[in-house]
Amino acid sequence: MAAAAVRPIRVVIAKPGLDGHDRGAKVIARGLRDDGMEVVYTGLHRTPEQIAATAVEEDADVVGVSILSGAHMTLVPRILALLAAEGAHDVGVVVGGTIPGDDAETLRNAGVTAVLTPGASLAEVSAAVRDAAARRRSAIG
Amino acid sequence: MSGRPLPLDAARDGAERPGEFPYTRGPYPEMYRQRLWTMRMFAGFGAPEDTNRRFRALLEAGQTGLSTAFDMPALMGYDPDHPLSAGEVGREGVSVASAEDMERLYAGLDLGAVSTSMTISGPAPVALAMFVVAAERAGTERARLQGTLQTDILKEFIAQKEWLVPERPSMRLVGDLIAFCAAEMPLWHAVSVSGYHIREAGSTAAQELAFTIADGVAYAEEMVDRGFGPDQVLPRFSFFFNAQIDLFEEVAKLRAARRLWATLMRERFGARSERSLRLRAHVQTSGVSLTAQEPLLNVARTAVEALAAVLGGAQSLHTNAWDETLALPTEESARLALRTQQMLAFETGAAGVADPLGGSWLVERLTDELEAEARGYLDEIDRRGGMVQAVIDGYPQAEIAEAAYAFQQALDDGRRVMVGVNAFAAPDGDEPRIHRADPEVERRQVERVLALRAGRDAGDHAAALDAVRDACRGTDNVMPPLIAAADAGATLGELCDAFREVWGAYRDPGRW
Repeated sequence: MAAAAVRPIRVVIAKPGLDGHDRGAKVIARGLRDDGMEVVYTGLHRTPEQIAATAVEEDADVVGVSILSGAHMTLVPRILALLAAEGAHDVGVVVGGTIPGDDAETLRNAGVTAVLTPGASLAEVSAAVRDAAARRRSAIG
Repeated sequence: MSGRPLPLDAARDGAERPGEFPYTRGPYPEMYRQRLWTMRMFAGFGAPEDTNRRFRALLEAGQTGLSTAFDMPALMGYDPDHPLSAGEVGREGVSVASAEDMERLYAGLDLGAVSTSMTISGPAPVALAMFVVAAERAGTERARLQGTLQTDILKEFIAQKEWLVPERPSMRLVGDLIAFCAAEMPLWHAVSVSGYHIREAGSTAAQELAFTIADGVAYAEEMVDRGFGPDQVLPRFSFFFNAQIDLFEEVAKLRAARRLWATLMRERFGARSERSLRLRAHVQTSGVSLTAQEPLLNVARTAVEALAAVLGGAQSLHTNAWDETLALPTEESARLALRTQQMLAFETGAAGVADPLGGSWLVERLTDELEAEARGYLDEIDRRGGMVQAVIDGYPQAEIAEAAYAFQQALDDGRRVMVGVNAFAAPDGDEPRIHRADPEVERRQVERVLALRAGRDAGDHAAALDAVRDACRGTDNVMPPLIAAADAGATLGELCDAFREVWGAYRDPGRW
């Protein structure tokens, strides 16, 4: 298999809800780009509907959802449901932010591929996104 | 404790003393010997009654001023029942949607006696209108109200990202608010020019200093362009800086800020009054310096940062609680953070002398370097046509994003050490007991706003909103019709919608 034929991993970095903490989202967008991925950043204050639509339009392998407002248990399940409704349940969803441990477990059980919390390095974030993309690509062949 | 009396000051003849222009060494000659800093803990969660109880607990524990944290829907100008508010009502701050909520928030507190800070910028004119209505209903006239409204919309576009309408109409609203306060609220600080969020978003100390001062210059220009003399408005400006973990640089930053502001206000605007030239600052310890790993380490970090604020000459101080990387603070963790300030004030002797590090070769040199670096940025901003244009073009935002990425890379490759994160890391411990948001709050606040809309006089309400829109389209000050509308039961979301109808909602361009 020729390496050139492999499309780079496509990631949508998304900021749902009303919180304005975009430092992490922007740092991670740059980190993933510098690691060779194609990155789309939604900008702030997007609805779950807008995020799911962007993921489908961009044919994303992974959606990275950044939330530091505490509203993750409202917003993330809606993004998962909307992706499923669009027929995009294979898209990996990675969540980053201030997520308490028991909430993280609930989110993983609901279909989130990985939950990253403060202190994670760019290498750890990149590995989680690569893993989520690999699962999607093996799932869709 | 030895009890040895501290010498007052050792400045040589002709050298700058505390309280003298350009105020490098402090805005007042005696500093904390005359008046201690205000211990002002930022608090807000749940329904207004929940935060009112936290305010009372903090005052009982010895806090000396109030500081109000609003929830995300309020900061973005949405009512609790707006679709975008789902899951966020009362979660990161207190839910306030009406003058009635404002009355509940400060119920039983003497607003003529305790100073009140409200950290809100986009909807600041609306929040002030509701606060004035609530205070006057409780018997305190607006002229007696003392406190601070943040109103710093430029730093919202730069860093905090809670905005309503585009940059230029936002500046118009700031100008209306400052003009109103100059005429009717002589004890009120109309604007708190804030570097805190700029630093939290990833800036360097020099960028925090430069962009904050540049924002202040832009507000001063707005008022001078309206025909105000500098000494009519500048005394009502206050500042808000971050105290990061780098002790000496932070002390130097506060010293450089005072020198730079005083010099610029004299050079650029011809300000003469001492009250215009003295930069007075609230300081908050840094949120991003805290770690979720081994969170009790944050008690020590916060103590060092608070010491930097005190040695740097802050006028009021918030100390973060150790659990704020995990959630809003509990009552216990907030009290521990307040106790940290009380130890600095009453046990350490740090408050005994004005500018105790003045004359240190290191701190003097860092002060000069930071001032020079900030002046370089200010020159660049002038070349770009001033700060409002620079913000529209995304210049400070891009500089901060670069610095934030460089910081993360330095953490990842170990050039920068955070104990417990990338050095001396311990296995994860048990998660501590943290503040949990009450899921009932959202439902109750939605019911309240629905009941308010159903119960008010529809004709009065519609006319009051029309008057707000008319003021926005014309040149009349928007504050009087906002106060009338808040009194007639208009909600925060409706009044912010009036701004958005006239000027359009601002959308994040999503630059990175």
